[in-house]
Amino acid sequence: MSLLEIRNLHICLPEGSERPFAVEAVNLDLAPNEILCIVGESGSGKSLTARAVMGLLPKPHVRVTHGSIKMDGEDLVNVSDARMREIRGSDISMIFQEPMTALNPVMTIGDQIDEVFRFHVSMKKKERRQKALALLSDVHLPDPLQIMLAYPHELSGGQRQRAMIAMALALDPKILIADEPTTALDVTTQAQILKLIKEMQASHNTGVLFITHDFGVVADIADRVAVMQQGKLVESGTTDEVLNNPQHPYTQALIAAVPSLSPRQPRDQSAEPVLQVEALTKVFRSGGGFFGFGGEERMVKAASDVTLELRKGETLGIVGESGSGKSTVARCIVRLVDADDGKILLNGTDLRPLSRAEMRPLRANIQMVFQDPFASLNPRTRVGKIISQGPLIQGVPIKEAQAKARELLSIVGLDKRAYDRYPHEFSGGQRQRIGIARALALNPDVLVADEPVSALDVSIQAQILKLLDKIRERMTLSMIFITHDLRVAAQVCDRLAVMRYGEVVETGPTAEIFANPQAAYTKELLAAVPGQSWSTA
Amino acid sequence: MSHASKRLRYVLKRLLQAFPIVLAIVVVNFFLLHMAEGDAVDVLAGEAGSATPEYMAELRKKFGLDQPLPVQLLVYLKNVFTFDLGYSFRHEMPVLDLVLDRFIPTLLLMISTIILAVGVGIVLGLLAASGLNTWRDTMISVFALVTYATPLFWVGLMFIVIFSLNLGWFPTSGMKNVAAFNDPWSWANIKDVAHHLVLPTITLSLFYLALYTRLMRASMLEQAGMDYVTTARAKGLTERRIMFVHVLRNALLPVVTMAGVQVGALIGGSVIVESVFAWPGLGMLAFEALFARDLNLLLGIFLLSALLVVAVNLIVDIIYSSLDPRIEVG
Repeated sequence: MSLLEIRNLHICLPEGSERPFAVEAVNLDLAPNEILCIVGESGSGKSLTARAVMGLLPKPHVRVTHGSIKMDGEDLVNVSDARMREIRGSDISMIFQEPMTALNPVMTIGDQIDEVFRFHVSMKKKERRQKALALLSDVHLPDPLQIMLAYPHELSGGQRQRAMIAMALALDPKILIADEPTTALDVTTQAQILKLIKEMQASHNTGVLFITHDFGVVADIADRVAVMQQGKLVESGTTDEVLNNPQHPYTQALIAAVPSLSPRQPRDQSAEPVLQVEALTKVFRSGGGFFGFGGEERMVKAASDVTLELRKGETLGIVGESGSGKSTVARCIVRLVDADDGKILLNGTDLRPLSRAEMRPLRANIQMVFQDPFASLNPRTRVGKIISQGPLIQGVPIKEAQAKARELLSIVGLDKRAYDRYPHEFSGGQRQRIGIARALALNPDVLVADEPVSALDVSIQAQILKLLDKIRERMTLSMIFITHDLRVAAQVCDRLAVMRYGEVVETGPTAEIFANPQAAYTKELLAAVPGQSWSTA
Repeated sequence: MSHASKRLRYVLKRLLQAFPIVLAIVVVNFFLLHMAEGDAVDVLAGEAGSATPEYMAELRKKFGLDQPLPVQLLVYLKNVFTFDLGYSFRHEMPVLDLVLDRFIPTLLLMISTIILAVGVGIVLGLLAASGLNTWRDTMISVFALVTYATPLFWVGLMFIVIFSLNLGWFPTSGMKNVAAFNDPWSWANIKDVAHHLVLPTITLSLFYLALYTRLMRASMLEQAGMDYVTTARAKGLTERRIMFVHVLRNALLPVVTMAGVQVGALIGGSVIVESVFAWPGLGMLAFEALFARDLNLLLGIFLLSALLVVAVNLIVDIIYSSLDPRIEVG
């Protein structure tokens, strides 16, 4: 018998939305001691399905209109608010994507766990404390006594998610809903958290409803998989069936879009370097000063002694986890951040000591594509102007710059009419295309792309990567490609530099690093990539 | 380092930083006031009506006003360091005594105003946000809008007309009844001062109250949409608990910040209110001193105000760091 039974679920959207139902005619079953993954891209309705189970839809505009959600036979759609409150946190609990914002920033972890007990069971204070401590050590947090008194910002991302899991499992729920619980975490932390969820699920006999967009994660954790597209359930089955023998064309397309972990064939290389970074160092300081009354000075070595070489026509990947300094290096190279020491040789000229005015004519040779396609385009400027601004500043006649902008729009696969529109009229993938067109407008020799696809859905990501490939061939670009995703790196980069704590720990051809990693950290990173067994199968 | 010693270190650092700030304020004020035309002697001579230039020169010499400015400044600074703020020719009293005497009423008015404005503002904002788009919210928002837009002095005058003259509930002006009570801590005296304090406090706080109401409402609504509120709901907490424990504390932070910034501005606002209600505070004194060209007195008032603002900022920062654990003092 199934623990959770969702039948013919419809969730309506507010009037005037692009479709009437966020979730339409969805049927799902979750058995005890089972992990069911709901996979889909953004807007597929997977998160709303999960929230409907918890009764956490943003009512009254978004609500369940038909169908039933039965937990052990009790229909959760029609229970009273009071009963639903009883169920939440005790029978069904939930963990979220971003543990920093999901925890109250001004309350200690101990208090936040304690609340769950206080509102569901009557226990003495001492007993509650004992249980909370036991929970924290169950999720392998070091020094539970200290963690109890800590505020969320004092923990690392992985520790916060462990604390969230401890809180969710406090009352031994029958169902745990995990909404993209590892998306915001680094790959090595993600591997640990996935392991923890599996371990907890096995020891507590919990049914887990796991929402994700990442097929690698699905392969690692799921017993069964349900694929959603545009609010509809397109395919469901066991993990093996869905991943290795997908029936629905959408599932097939999604799986095909997942970058393979086996590196691409190396291309012919020229040995001529375009960009050489030598012993680049950047230290961020804060605090200190004022006759020693300012508290300890904090120093973060974001880049120390970074040496890289980018050859003509190649793509050099810089991979690393958050805080590894990969973005700082990129920003130093394009002179958005001033490095403290070292050399940045672009075609033999050292960029580092140049003033703003001296740098300006050279800017045309090195351009950047940013991570967030929503924040990196000025919302008040028309797309045509965004693209042509660069050439205009460099002294290109206005007619020529405009013609070039139109040409670039068609190169990056956008309609000509995009020229007179504003950025908000475009989707994330389209905006990233605009960002690429903007960077290309100056005919740069070197393109620095800082996580250009990490904010995009997997199918859009595949398109953008294809586009970058096409452009690179056509314009003989050399590219520095920064990413945290080793799958993407495998498909895009000719050579890799692996960074950690501001240092380059290993460099070499992509295929060699994947086949035979030398540094311990590279091995760890490669081992943590989710879904390896599946992708090699 | 432990939390307590960190905090002590922070307070020390701030006090040390306050020193050059206050010094700079004294110097700037000194030159500013000397840039204005006329001095105390001009005013005295004008009032006497028949002062000869020789007599005026003699007076200037007596007051040390014939010295070059830098010398006057150095003398003044030396005096300030020895807690001698000079002598007010106008009031014929040492400035320090005069200023300290007037400081208590101003402090009283400021503290009661802050408590009323912040306290009621928070409550009203909370009520408005918890009944979003109901008649309660609308009423509070309209009230806030009207008080926000009404000038202080007009409110003060209307209060006097309605509550003092027509209804006779409160005295029109002053801080005490003429029949003075000798013991300042006697119950009768406290009651009398409190009675006199009601109208000025309400008048001065109305504007800020409206501001904090709006800020609190907006802040509550913003916080109510945060992820941690969803988490709290997912834990099965009651809406009451979520509102009063989770949202409230986070929503308070911008209000405390704003209130801290505005305490300084309150001294400025209190000049009008003190004039309207004849409240014997620093604002009134400053007003009088300005017209009497009593520069020593003005400088004394400015110095005290500067010290007050520095102290209040420090207190607010400490309150803030205990409300928000993410803010580290240091």
